[in-house]
Amino acid sequence: MKYTEEHEWLLEEGDLIVVGITEYAAEQLGDVVFIELPEEGTEVSKDDEVVVIESVKAASDILAPLDGEIVEVNSALTDDPGKVNEDPTGAAWFFKIKPSDLSPMDDYMDDAAYKDFIGD
Amino acid sequence: MLMPDDFLENHIGLIFGSGMTELLKTPLHALHVELGGKMVPFAGYEMPVQFPAGIMAEHQHTRDKAGLFDVSHMGQVVIDGDAWEAIAIAFETLVPMDVLGLGENRQRYGLFTNPDGGIMDDLMFANRGDHLFVVVNAACKDDDLANMKAALEPALNVSAITNRALLALQGPAAESVLASLAPEAADMRFMDVATLTIDGVECWVSRSGYTGEDGYEISVPADSAEALARALLAHDDVMPIGLGARDSLRLEAGLCLYGHDIDDGTTPSEAALTWAIQKVRRSGGAREGGFPGAEPILAELTEGAPRKRVGLRPEGRAPMREGVPLFAAAEGGSEIGRITSGGFGPTVGGPVAMGYVPTDMAEPGTTLYGELRGKRLPVTVTALPFVEARFKR
Repeated sequence: MKYTEEHEWLLEEGDLIVVGITEYAAEQLGDVVFIELPEEGTEVSKDDEVVVIESVKAASDILAPLDGEIVEVNSALTDDPGKVNEDPTGAAWFFKIKPSDLSPMDDYMDDAAYKDFIGD
Repeated sequence: MLMPDDFLENHIGLIFGSGMTELLKTPLHALHVELGGKMVPFAGYEMPVQFPAGIMAEHQHTRDKAGLFDVSHMGQVVIDGDAWEAIAIAFETLVPMDVLGLGENRQRYGLFTNPDGGIMDDLMFANRGDHLFVVVNAACKDDDLANMKAALEPALNVSAITNRALLALQGPAAESVLASLAPEAADMRFMDVATLTIDGVECWVSRSGYTGEDGYEISVPADSAEALARALLAHDDVMPIGLGARDSLRLEAGLCLYGHDIDDGTTPSEAALTWAIQKVRRSGGAREGGFPGAEPILAELTEGAPRKRVGLRPEGRAPMREGVPLFAAAEGGSEIGRITSGGFGPTVGGPVAMGYVPTDMAEPGTTLYGELRGKRLPVTVTALPFVEARFKR
């Protein structure tokens, strides 16, 4: 698994990358009450705001970590946003992207580097 | 994920000024930290925004059982003089409320108004026999105190009470919990005040709060506050509650947050707080007028205000927060008002908000549109409160 500085996790699944937020991020946000996901088939560029996530106390955006096409979104989250707090790195993935350029992956952090990054 | 703007922190910083370097601490500060409270700046104090249970759980627990809140940052003021009548009559020059008619050991909600008819602060005041006890908002307390001193001294004494903490115990289990320490608490009804000895300590107790639930507010000497808080928290039914849940609870209860839903540019009629102005102070009443802004406020009571604070239910799940502009139609037209408080209502199970709209659009059931991230989404004007109050009247 790789991590961005925006506290997203990225997991390779065949030729797709699955994206979600880390446990640390979920904890900082608090109880998540609303998630707006992109439409499947949307072409995105790295750093585009693709997901809106709101907790009881804050609104935040999820950025596209790579250029590519959003091929699948986890629409179950729309009805049950609290899943993000229960299982942020499992059931509460946000979307799967088919990357057109995998090179940024090399810059993202591995497990140890991310732990360092959040000062764990 | 872009780390969130901490909504509460920013929000608060904007309103109360974040330039304050040295944050004050309440007598319960060490206990908050020990209990795992996430501390944030609020009105010049370092206060817990939430505890490890989280805002949602704290909110639900307060509605189901009982929550303990530290509201020691609020201003406590005693006004005394030779006789209650003199104190009451003098205080009526500052508020459009019936103070003289307030029974002994009774409390009332009030507003400090300005000459333009705006609201300078909202407050609670109680007739405690030989003196008036006033509780004002933390962010306004210095100004309020200065105004009260300027208007009432030297005929009366106006004293800030800085050696007492203020706790609120709120929720359906509040009565049984407090009665286990002070049985007389069970005999009080909504807005009664009493001096109760709890664990050998003199507490000034009122049966009131700001959550829409039954409960008490307890003024306790600062050096006994932590012991009292621990005694209350020792009950299985009681959980510590932070500012986050305090905000969602009061929003669902339709109660105003000063500096957001009301301020010196909103009038009592606009704010839908006319119920707080008793007949005796209105046109034709025995003690009509005689408070700052009496002329515009009384005229507006008769003629109606051009805009009104209303409850708003956004459709769908997206919360609409303070500052979201409102429109009459899904497309076109100019802004008709703004949301002044909004968020997710855990008991309602969806987004709730309050805001100001033109009076002809204030009828419950009216569909308006809030603009969120460039899209206009429908909101329905809704009668307040969102969650029925459960006071023990």
